[in-house]
Amino acid sequence: MLSSWPILSIVTFLPLIGVLFILLSGGDKKSAEHNSKMLALWVSSFTFIISLILYFGFDPDFVGFQFEEQLEWIAGSGISYHLGVDGISMPFILLSTFLTPLAILASWRSIKQRVPEFMIAFLVLETMMVGMFASLDMMMFYLFFEGVLIPMFLIVGIWGGPRRVYAAFKFFLYTLAGSVLMLVGIMVMYLQAGTTDIPILAQFNFPPEYQFWLFIGFFASFAVKVPMWPVHTWLPDAHVEAPTAGSMILAGVLLKMGGYGFIRFSLPMFPDASAYFAPFIFALSVIAIIYTSLVALAQTDMKKLIAYSSVAHMGFVTIGIFSLNEQGITGAMFQMISHGLISAALFFCVGIVYDRLHTREIDAYGGVADVMPNYAVFFMIMMLASVGLPGTSGFVGEILVLVGAYKANSMVAFFAATGLVLGATYMLWLYRRVVFGRAEKGDVLRMPLLNNREISILVPLTVLILWFGIYPAPLLDIINPVVSSISETVSNAAMLTANLQ
Amino acid sequence: MLFTQMTFQAALPEYVLVIVSLGLVLMAAFVGESSNAKKMVRLVALVGYAIAFATIFILPSESQSIYMGLFKVDGLLVYMKALVLLGAFFACFMVNDDWSDGVEKPEYQVLIMLATLGMLLMISANDLISLYMGLELQSLPLYVIAAMNTKSLKSSEAGLKYFLLGALSSGMLLYGASLIYGFTGSTQFDEIASVISQNGASSGVIIGLVFLLSGLAFKISAAPFHMWTPDVYEGSPTPVTALFAIAPKVAAITLLLNVTHVVFADARLEWMQVIIALSVASMLLGAFGAIMQKDLKRMMAYSSIAHMGYALAGLAAGTQQGAAGVMIYMTTYIFMGAGTFAIILMMRRDGVPVQKLSDLSGLSSSHPYWAFGLMIFMFSMAGIPPLAGFFAKWYVFLAAVNAGLIPLAVIGVLTSVVGAFYYLRIIKLMYFEDADSPLDKIAPKENVIILSISLLVTVLFFFIIGSLREWTYFVVQSLPVSGSL
Repeated sequence: MLSSWPILSIVTFLPLIGVLFILLSGGDKKSAEHNSKMLALWVSSFTFIISLILYFGFDPDFVGFQFEEQLEWIAGSGISYHLGVDGISMPFILLSTFLTPLAILASWRSIKQRVPEFMIAFLVLETMMVGMFASLDMMMFYLFFEGVLIPMFLIVGIWGGPRRVYAAFKFFLYTLAGSVLMLVGIMVMYLQAGTTDIPILAQFNFPPEYQFWLFIGFFASFAVKVPMWPVHTWLPDAHVEAPTAGSMILAGVLLKMGGYGFIRFSLPMFPDASAYFAPFIFALSVIAIIYTSLVALAQTDMKKLIAYSSVAHMGFVTIGIFSLNEQGITGAMFQMISHGLISAALFFCVGIVYDRLHTREIDAYGGVADVMPNYAVFFMIMMLASVGLPGTSGFVGEILVLVGAYKANSMVAFFAATGLVLGATYMLWLYRRVVFGRAEKGDVLRMPLLNNREISILVPLTVLILWFGIYPAPLLDIINPVVSSISETVSNAAMLTANLQ
Repeated sequence: MLFTQMTFQAALPEYVLVIVSLGLVLMAAFVGESSNAKKMVRLVALVGYAIAFATIFILPSESQSIYMGLFKVDGLLVYMKALVLLGAFFACFMVNDDWSDGVEKPEYQVLIMLATLGMLLMISANDLISLYMGLELQSLPLYVIAAMNTKSLKSSEAGLKYFLLGALSSGMLLYGASLIYGFTGSTQFDEIASVISQNGASSGVIIGLVFLLSGLAFKISAAPFHMWTPDVYEGSPTPVTALFAIAPKVAAITLLLNVTHVVFADARLEWMQVIIALSVASMLLGAFGAIMQKDLKRMMAYSSIAHMGYALAGLAAGTQQGAAGVMIYMTTYIFMGAGTFAIILMMRRDGVPVQKLSDLSGLSSSHPYWAFGLMIFMFSMAGIPPLAGFFAKWYVFLAAVNAGLIPLAVIGVLTSVVGAFYYLRIIKLMYFEDADSPLDKIAPKENVIILSISLLVTVLFFFIIGSLREWTYFVVQSLPVSGSL
């Protein structure tokens, strides 16, 4: 019954229906603003509810794609409209549909100009994100992957902070420069295989000399998205300037596109090249973890600090992926979902105090626990989850990545583990400076408690973070079967490469 | 028999334009200067384009050469003719009554119709003589209309510059044509092609070919023959620039395609190098040259140079696939160009047309629809999916990669990143900045119609691309170059 419905298409394009409604709902400025907010919230919530069908109807034991839809698109050229999910993409789709209504709710008061346009941009963004994770055709994947740039560029550029123009340009051009190289790679693959269908390409054995160059092309794109050191510099700028909701989605979902790309394309399609380049990526990731952690320590701007911590956490993800074993890749997947929730929550926590004090300088705060005790509790949970305290989702991902990394290369595991210590240092220090101490500054004393809207955003995030931390099985059960089939392919190739050398 | 029903039918659009343009000459001489009379002239011209466009559908689709081999039609050429007519129609339709810098004169309509006729003849040229005739019939009226605004020094400068450089390029082209004639013994394309396939291309023919290509490169404003473009775009009255930006490029690149892929198909390795060099130079110059521009029309000139570079990348492949890529590229180019110029033509402040980039600041709050349209065209020109420009780039670079020109494709996509910078700058002005003094609140319905049509095509191109690809890949099969996929 339900399986006959095109659920994925509905989830992908439902937000666009919302856009249509917003465009059609007229009225004076005030009511148009209110209507657009309500419409965006309802449509995105509804999208989330429908996307839950994907979760409940998902068969975790089936390795392969589910909820598949295929229609003819560019006839006779091997390019089709092909959607489907497996254990890798389904969690990301849920993450996107889950975070979007929260992000819209988070911008309820903080966005004051051009509200309908903001909501339209956000809904378009949701379509692009979901479509990207649901695509089973390279051409469609690329359409959505690049299409994300348009709404995000506008969100940063129109509703951002003082240096928004610089940040928006940097974000757009960095990402585009990476992606176009992937585009050439896609062309080469298409000409080799005669199709852009992802399941077929995953089975297509590209000759190793092709793999080498294709890997570099795809790496250029995903490394910028992840972002990996040294191409991470767009991220702090984009995060600092983006509005709170933009940061939440940027950190929560957009960064995951890179990791998703590595797992979906680089590993199964270029297994030899992945094994060949793994040490190089380990080196970059270790540098990213240690270097950006140290940089985070030196930040005076809360958002920038969390942005740098994101780069460090994504370093764990790339280490996990390129450890090429089951634990590592599962850990990377888990870490991505968990970081999606935690970083969105952390950016929202910064947004909460920013809305009250209109500064992100750490020095301007202190003693927030006295005036906003409920905020202090939530912020603490998020902070500890980010540090990777057992019992939070952050722990599960990191420990799995470290186990995987240890199997692959013990030195990498050692250096990555130092990153955990540094992570704890800067997060705890941030927390001490902002929340503890005595509230002396007048502005801080006047900060009101969390309101219901803010609590209703934080509670679902907290519940999920703790749930996945205490009982990660539901998520791991979904991820595991696909990951073990991928890691088998890659580790066979890795073994072959090792033998050849 | 020179005139049979067949020969008549094959050249139907040209006949229509000949008759209507001669009729317009008469009308222009007698109707006088009243505004109603001007409206009449424009209306007749529009009807002329529409009829000519309609006759496209009854043209024979199989390849045939008539008038003793001077004139040729086939599916590809007919498609390009349709694009030219569409472009000319758009350019003519968008000029409303407010314009007073020369383009309101009835002569203007006569001249652009003659130029359009020249473009159609260029496309159908099957002989060096008819090639040159078509080219000059297209160029001479364009020289005149570039200088149409006699009150403006810049317009006169544009006309003069265009004429001098155009004459130079015609000279080069003629010299090349004479060499080709001298070394092959014929001006007829089929005979030249058969001489080359039998005896190979002698060095005399190749030198002639290089001169010929240089002359044609001037017409599509490919670097390093682009010098006239920014000045002519800037100096000409804006309606004229709109025409320049849309129609003649299609005709010239079709002629280039015809010469390379049909006549010199067997000398592919020789002309490929020339085309690759032109393509790389145009992509680089178009991308970097536009960054510093402050004038919107000048920026569009550099943007068109870059676009020609991308289209040439498809030609450089020298395959049927590349030719199809060029057809798709020019299709999107027509719509993006028409849409962009529909907005530029509407830009007024206190009734005076403005064309500085800074005049766009804050456009999104004063004219949301224009700003949205221009944003979409800019993203599309930058090649951001899922808009039309992306698919165009995909198919030309796909052909280049398939022909083994991966470095060319890499340079192409990287310059498109540089290009994205200046397209984004326009979006920044419109959306991220506030207006000092907003533009006039006018909305001539002609421009809004063109804007809306172009916008629809650009945004919903992914619905069209399937059938467009199928059709273009089908018609290019008649080209005597290698094909695959």
